[in-house]
Amino acid sequence: MTDPLVRMTGIRKRFFGVPVLRGVDLELYAGEVHALVGENGAGKSTLMKVLAGIHKPTAGTVEVAGETLELSSPRAAQDSGIAIIHQELTLLPDRTVAENVFLGREPTRYGIVVDRRRMAAETARLLDWLGEPGISPTAGVRGLSVAQQQVVEIVKALAVDARVLAMDEPTAALADHEVELLYTMVRRLTERGIAVLYVSHRLTEVYDLSQKITVLKDGAMVTSRPTTQLSSDQLVRAMVGRELGELFPDRATETGDVRLEIRAGGNDRLRDVDLTVRAGEIVGVAGLQGSGRTALAQAVTGVDPLARGELLIDGRPIRLRNPRAAIAAGIAYVTEDRKSEGLALHQPVRDNALLVRRASRGALTGVRQRSVPGGSTDVDDLLGRLAVTTGRSNDEVRYLSGGNQQKVVMAKWLAIAPRVLVVDEPTRGIDVGARAALYELLRGLARDSGVAILMVSSELPEVIGMSDRVLVMHRGSIAGELPAGPTEEAVMELATGYTTALANGGAT
Amino acid sequence: MSAAGTAARLSSRSPGFPRLATGLAPVLVVLLLLLVLLAFVGPAYESPSGYIALLKRSAPLMILAIGQYFVIVAGEFDLSVGSLVTAEVVIAARLLEGDESRTWSVIALLLGFGVLVGLVNGLITTKLRVPSFIVTLGMLLVLEGAVFLWTGGAPRGALTTEFRKWGRAQLGTEGILAQIPYAVLVLVVIAVAAVLFMRSGTGRTLMATGDNDTAVRLAGGRVDAMRIGAFVLSGLLAAVAAILLGGYSGVSAQVGRGLEFEAITAVVLGGVVLGGGRGSVIAAMAGALTLRALFAVLNLLGVSGALESTVQGVIIIAAVAYASSESGLRDLLVRRPGWSGSSQPPASTAEDPPPETTPVPSTSFVSSEPDTNPETPERGTS
Amino acid sequence: MTTIALPARKVQFRLDATAIVYLALFALLVIGSIVVAARGGGVLLDQAGILKILTGCTALGLVAIGQTLAVVAGSLDLSVAYLIGLCSLVTAEVMAGQGSMMLPAVLAALGVAALVGLVNGVVITALRVNAFIATLGMALILKGVLESRYTGPAGSTTKDFQRLGYDRIGPVPVSFLLLLLVAVGAWWFLARTRPGYHMYAVGGDIESARVSGVRTSRTIVLAHVLCSLAAGATGVFLASRLGSGAPYVGTDAGYDLQSIAAVVLGGTVLAGGRGGVAGTVGGVMILSVLDTIFDDLGVNSFFKDVVRGVIIIVAVALYARGRLARRRLVTPPAGADQ
Repeated sequence: MTDPLVRMTGIRKRFFGVPVLRGVDLELYAGEVHALVGENGAGKSTLMKVLAGIHKPTAGTVEVAGETLELSSPRAAQDSGIAIIHQELTLLPDRTVAENVFLGREPTRYGIVVDRRRMAAETARLLDWLGEPGISPTAGVRGLSVAQQQVVEIVKALAVDARVLAMDEPTAALADHEVELLYTMVRRLTERGIAVLYVSHRLTEVYDLSQKITVLKDGAMVTSRPTTQLSSDQLVRAMVGRELGELFPDRATETGDVRLEIRAGGNDRLRDVDLTVRAGEIVGVAGLQGSGRTALAQAVTGVDPLARGELLIDGRPIRLRNPRAAIAAGIAYVTEDRKSEGLALHQPVRDNALLVRRASRGALTGVRQRSVPGGSTDVDDLLGRLAVTTGRSNDEVRYLSGGNQQKVVMAKWLAIAPRVLVVDEPTRGIDVGARAALYELLRGLARDSGVAILMVSSELPEVIGMSDRVLVMHRGSIAGELPAGPTEEAVMELATGYTTALANGGAT
Repeated sequence: MSAAGTAARLSSRSPGFPRLATGLAPVLVVLLLLLVLLAFVGPAYESPSGYIALLKRSAPLMILAIGQYFVIVAGEFDLSVGSLVTAEVVIAARLLEGDESRTWSVIALLLGFGVLVGLVNGLITTKLRVPSFIVTLGMLLVLEGAVFLWTGGAPRGALTTEFRKWGRAQLGTEGILAQIPYAVLVLVVIAVAAVLFMRSGTGRTLMATGDNDTAVRLAGGRVDAMRIGAFVLSGLLAAVAAILLGGYSGVSAQVGRGLEFEAITAVVLGGVVLGGGRGSVIAAMAGALTLRALFAVLNLLGVSGALESTVQGVIIIAAVAYASSESGLRDLLVRRPGWSGSSQPPASTAEDPPPETTPVPSTSFVSSEPDTNPETPERGTS
Repeated sequence: MTTIALPARKVQFRLDATAIVYLALFALLVIGSIVVAARGGGVLLDQAGILKILTGCTALGLVAIGQTLAVVAGSLDLSVAYLIGLCSLVTAEVMAGQGSMMLPAVLAALGVAALVGLVNGVVITALRVNAFIATLGMALILKGVLESRYTGPAGSTTKDFQRLGYDRIGPVPVSFLLLLLVAVGAWWFLARTRPGYHMYAVGGDIESARVSGVRTSRTIVLAHVLCSLAAGATGVFLASRLGSGAPYVGTDAGYDLQSIAAVVLGGTVLAGGRGGVAGTVGGVMILSVLDTIFDDLGVNSFFKDVVRGVIIIVAVALYARGRLARRRLVTPPAGADQ
């Protein structure tokens, strides 16, 4: 058995006296994908950053090919062949691919003049090596797709002769079909003997790609085994300490009248949309990236309104020209990116919770008069009921965890007692523990307050588990509707147009 | 109210000392030090009247700082206030021509002009999407040129006593209340109004706009209207400051020179962040008063004329360096979404929560996806 | 604040900002010539006119080139106006009318400029003071120095030295040629050398640059030193034209804000990371041509200020339009960059 390429021993780390890593061991072998999983706060990112020399551990050592590494020096880590690909890409959008790949280490002639030809040639060579000759070294990064940008990041890592590549949630930003591209990248990397540390929440990928899995929980290693010897149930239990099945609340047993209806709706991203959502119902919206899921959500909430067709709330047709109009009609929109769209991060929790109430004050008539069965719209009350854990509601929202931030976003919308709730990727970036609470909240809203919920999500288990009905989108229209609890295959067939293709005799 | 709600409400009341806005504390300390220093250095400050005179002289800058605060907290700049002040004073003298009866109509006109300029600044910034730095810079040039175009290069006319009383006179002659200068009265009224405004829903929304205007827009807020409103307030307050300044110093072509930079410096001194979303009105006013107190101290110490500007410059740099020693803000013209370049958040949330899948790794739905549908989703057409 | 990226529906015309500037310049020359001729102002582009335009370019051009470097690196320099005055005085006083002191005078002036730039850079990087405030503070510091020592022009430059300001080759002033030399040098520096690359990186995304091993502090300091050197050179040039040093020669002409305006007119973005010297030179020429047109038309100098202000706003508005195309409130797909 060969020696590990990287050996991390007894890594401990404290931040401001709070222990984040409590003596973790990890071994990486050349040509192997080693997955690192765990809930939020388990320490995955920190461990990865220790490896990359970004954080200095309080105790422990890192050895690369038998040699001990000088810690907390990104340069030393790079020189030893460790490269890290962060979740947020570190590319300069206004520069070319080659300029980005060689950022900080541009080859020069006479010490100061950049050797552009060599840069371009070397970049092309690396792209080729990786199997992506289609990207031009002189192309501007801004014009590339996210997946291509990620390839550039990988090439950047290869340019420093990386032997170890740590990847932090690499598929987070990718469209569904682009994930395949990443899989190919990873396989090529391992074929060439590079050790990959793969941090991800998406267990599908973990099982697809890795040869070993290490589970962290509260900064300590719970288990570290070959992938084939760890079942998904065991994995989840190790991560969470709880069975999967308890995650989703029971579905609706009765629903009310039709609250939201769209007839023949369309705009430049949607066509022929007919849908209904009843009071007390959760309708899931599934589909591949680019299928129009978010476009649908944005149409209902006035962000990107319908140009054709009708939209009716409680049977009354309305024109939703902008978010303000939608809010006046009682429609709430929890967007997919809470940090950049849902929260004013430097403002206190309370001010964020009051954001919609205050911003839409002119448009909201009679909100206070509207009685909401099952809860009040008093903001402090809401924050308390949602159990937003923070020292004081004066604290700035940016200090909260993802789960708590999402709760503040929910509180913000609940404060206007919405009649329709459109929620896009409700549990993105939220650990398993906090998810259950959010699912309960959503179901409670539907069941007890009669809110009609339209839930857009790219995570099939979530859509399948939560929805009373599932709409599947494909290329801007609704490919089909499935009853509660469909199989993933059924959803995917509709989402990829497979059924339609068959119906058309094979033509797409 | 539920028990949980009560708990939440109780926990939001911080014990003891009220929580100060970011960056306010340092400037208050410096201000206090300067005010105390004044008592030692200047004979006029042995009685309150000296401080009141200081307040009277500082009122225009403090009012300008309040106006600038609104604009900065909304995430913008107003570089036109200095030349607006000059323009207003010159226009006032020209229109008044020493005729007392015209005073009030001229004052009304000046206020209206300030509103107009602010409106133009706001409209161009929001509707034409030109960065406010540039818009107000252009406006600065336009005002400078246009006014002198009109007056032919040299200010003419005269200000009336009724006009000037606002800047330099006291309420009366008998009693304590009479000692209060009009300027201070105006300042107090404006200050109170400003504080109340920023505590109101609209004020809070304005601040949120500077922090994350997308979130406010999605929350149904009228972002453009609010920004325009901020500019209008800035212009209006500049007009008020012009009236006070004209009253105090009389007519000159230099009256407003450099005031925009003084106002911005005052605001920054007070810990208001360039880029928006943070800081308080009191802080802006405190910053302005601190600047004035500083100049007063320097004057009394005999650092006059000669190196006064130099010392000012050094102290301003030092003050801001101290204030920003916690948050390394550097970019004034780049606004980052949410995460605005401040120092590291506490490590417990240092892990940027990555997106997550519910842990059911049934089939890899990527590999099971039949490749019959070569979707080419354009980015954003989801 | 998020600038929300548009869906792939970008405006198809991808005209380089620099190209736009020069197109605008050309258009301005054409229209200006027509207007001037029509209004009886003679020929715009006669020998005298060309001379005027080119001369008018030099001072602002030098300063604006330096400012370009600072802005590309994500910073800016508001102290240049006072620095110009100071350097003109240093030049003139050290020279004191003696031919042998010409070189030392220039070196002294440039040395002072470099020092000021160094201080600016250090205050910004080490003390972490906002560039706006840091250079504003420096401006005040320099102002105080000037006010305390001078009440008016001082020193004197030699006749030989003044030739720098007045000599020409045909209709083209020597000084303009020197400006072009500096411009080419600055362009080459930014576009072809490693430090130049790093300036774009730091201006584009300082964190990404840092993570990739770029020495961000050093880069910013260098940008400021070079910017101040350019301002110093401007002071030297002005000393040659005026025959002496003048403390407020930089502020009277508003070179601080004017240089930023020229940079922006030239298509360099205030946020940094993009743009360059070529555009700035175009911007400077546009401003100079405008000035000359107005002079030929006998326009009031205050009116010039007004028009200049309007033009700057309009120009930037047009750039903003082109770049953002239709701006909708669209959320980009998961994790897309801004």
